[in-house]
Amino acid sequence: MATPKEAYDIAVIGGGNAALCAAMTAAEAGAHVLILETAPKPYRGGNSRHTRNFRCMHKTPLGPLVEEYSEDEYLSDLLKVTGGKTDEHLARLAIRTSEECLPWMEEHGVRFQPSLSGTLSLARTNAFFMGGGKSLVNAYYRAAAGLGVDVLYEAAVTHLELNSDQIEWVDYTYEGQSHRITPKAVIVASGGFQADTDWLTRAWGEPAKNFLIRGTPYNRGVVLSDLLDQGVESVGDPTQCHAVAIDGRAPKFDGGIVSRLDCVPFSIVVNKHAERFYDEGEDVWPKRYAIWGRLVAAQPDQVGYAIIDTKSLNLFMPSVFPPLKADTLDELAGMMDLPAEKLKATVSAFNAACGDTNGFHPTELDGVTTSGLIPPKTNWARPITEPPFYGYSLRTGVTFTYLGLKVDETAQCSTSSGKIKNLWAAGETMAGSILGQGYLAGFGMTIGTVFGRIAGREAAAYAN
Amino acid sequence: MQTDLIQEARRQAEICNACRYCEGYCSVFPSLHAERAFSDGDITQLANLCHNCRGCYYACQYTAPHAFDLNLPKALAEVRRDSWESFAWPQPLARRFHTHGGAIALALVIGFALLFWAVRAIGSSGGEGFYAVLSHNAMVAIFAPAFLLPLFSIVFSLRRYWAEVGGKPIQMSDLTAALKRAGKMQDLAAGHSEGCNFEDEDRFSQGRRHIHHVIMYGFLLCFASTSVATIMHYVFGLHAPYGFWSLPKLFGISGGLLLTVGCGAMALLKQKSDRDLGDPSAWGGDIGFILLLGFVGLSGLVLYALGSTPLMPALLAIHLGSVLTFFLLTPYTKMAHGFYRLAALIRDAQRKRDVSMVR
Repeated sequence: MATPKEAYDIAVIGGGNAALCAAMTAAEAGAHVLILETAPKPYRGGNSRHTRNFRCMHKTPLGPLVEEYSEDEYLSDLLKVTGGKTDEHLARLAIRTSEECLPWMEEHGVRFQPSLSGTLSLARTNAFFMGGGKSLVNAYYRAAAGLGVDVLYEAAVTHLELNSDQIEWVDYTYEGQSHRITPKAVIVASGGFQADTDWLTRAWGEPAKNFLIRGTPYNRGVVLSDLLDQGVESVGDPTQCHAVAIDGRAPKFDGGIVSRLDCVPFSIVVNKHAERFYDEGEDVWPKRYAIWGRLVAAQPDQVGYAIIDTKSLNLFMPSVFPPLKADTLDELAGMMDLPAEKLKATVSAFNAACGDTNGFHPTELDGVTTSGLIPPKTNWARPITEPPFYGYSLRTGVTFTYLGLKVDETAQCSTSSGKIKNLWAAGETMAGSILGQGYLAGFGMTIGTVFGRIAGREAAAYAN
Repeated sequence: MQTDLIQEARRQAEICNACRYCEGYCSVFPSLHAERAFSDGDITQLANLCHNCRGCYYACQYTAPHAFDLNLPKALAEVRRDSWESFAWPQPLARRFHTHGGAIALALVIGFALLFWAVRAIGSSGGEGFYAVLSHNAMVAIFAPAFLLPLFSIVFSLRRYWAEVGGKPIQMSDLTAALKRAGKMQDLAAGHSEGCNFEDEDRFSQGRRHIHHVIMYGFLLCFASTSVATIMHYVFGLHAPYGFWSLPKLFGISGGLLLTVGCGAMALLKQKSDRDLGDPSAWGGDIGFILLLGFVGLSGLVLYALGSTPLMPALLAIHLGSVLTFFLLTPYTKMAHGFYRLAALIRDAQRKRDVSMVR
């Protein structure tokens, strides 16, 4: 086994936002830092390269953010999506610290832009990165290099040796060889395990094989499982994850933002038996896209089909894959492999249940509802009558899993017998500490930035 | 227009339109995000709005090895060059120079030869200074058509462009908005005004923008020098040679210096850039054009410096030969881009005006 010549104070495992925030903070505190990124350089950055914004508390207008977003409002938004399954102490810490993160991010090269077209509802709460998450990642790698942080790409960590209350060494493979280093401290920021289909299947059951992974194929939870096997304390439910309904034609991995489909509120969604299964018009899509991942996962073959007619086509953001298009429902059913008679019956029943559609308003809850239909469609319910008809398939797209390392307010990991004195965790790999279920847009980057910086600071203090 | 190039750009634009992360970088994305489907004219307009700053490429989560294989700066650069070639008039010259640096060099040699021939065959019946080598009338006889014919050609091409992109009658406010963006080269600055990603991967730098400024203002000063001199000659009867402290000389010398330095720096800077993020087949033509433009400036400066030596007649022929070549090739080389860029920015100002009127 080869040992690198240089001795490092801190090894950071992972190469996304949380890892980079930790590495830069530690380097600024004087530590000699090595980043071990398992992806090749073009895919560096984990899921951060697919992100687009950062949810940020602010008392007064801050950077691109308008008005005010208070700690209490932020927390209440979070509690709404997690249903109370949140460590409030850590959540408040993340929220409160987010305000000082924004200027820090700018100092480290991140640039923001006004809220993107089609996302005006986020202009007060979420700061958008100019160019998106990959440009943030690029800026951070440049800043880290300027601070003397070393980076190895395609360096896959295989094992951290835990000896009672400390990590003794780190094993990784690089350029076909195994290496061992003995840093004074280790920061784990290597994400969830969603890209390991076997693990996901063990947690979820067979349906997980049909899930698409929206982000990096490199988050396979190798380090997470290595640490859990050695008794490091975990948090979160292995079946919980950030999962959304996305275009069924998206690639298995790395489809990112463009696999998003915004048509559901204006459609009816049926399963492979051409039966509706949930209220498509329950709320505006930004508040509902996350639950549809689970709804679709519960359907046979984990697939859904959204059907609209021509009057709805231009009401939502264009999709990257053009919809299937047919002049009759028969033809559309054939293209989507749905039972035609049943589809026509479902559409007829839906159309018959639609009432007065004069109040239709695509961007707000308009109360244009069905009557006597189960399940109902409680907003935007307009009959599907005007050809051509369009169809999209929907699948479950997993962003990241919530089972992770349990940390305290200093981002430190522990075993049942107490703290591990030189191990910290940040980012998605510990986000389960805060997100018990559900997801709040832009909060993953908040957790990564806040806890990355804390982990970097604490690890550097220990190493010094 | 080549449909395969347009189709590839359209494929990529549709992915961009579902992502929108790059909205703040430049004029291309707000214009792109305003459409749901892209006609050939839309793609042509987007291509001419793109200044190849490459910010979107390095920020893109879908570049190779990702299966989506996005490289928007390249796709648009290819459509852009194809649009210039397709709209150029007359067509037999359209595709000779953009992709052939050697053809530009050959044209330059022919330009030299023509001027040496003119000096020898026409010569002068005894003027002052340069006119002692080639008479004023002979110069006008050569350069008036060499200036006006390409101008006519460009106007003709731009009308084709304007029809293709659905341009409307131009208002003063469209023109001022476009000139403002062009004057600052805002589209080489990225939304945060920190410049392009050109010479060192994803590092933002003002290098290309500032060098481009130097070239553009150098060219405009040289053009101003000639224009002022023409006015002095015909309106005020003040004939060359002019002294150092005259406007033609002050504009000409400062412009020549800027052109020489700017083009030299641009040729060097381009060596550091990734050719595959532009139009690789136009590499030679672009470099050839930059060197030609720089040579126009340099040969003018040398002519000024050695104007009272026996070398002057030869230097005059060389300088005028390069100017002649530069003028005549304007519609068929990278020089055309300035006109198209301005047209695209004017069209974009119209689009924004329409949007604000609807709101």
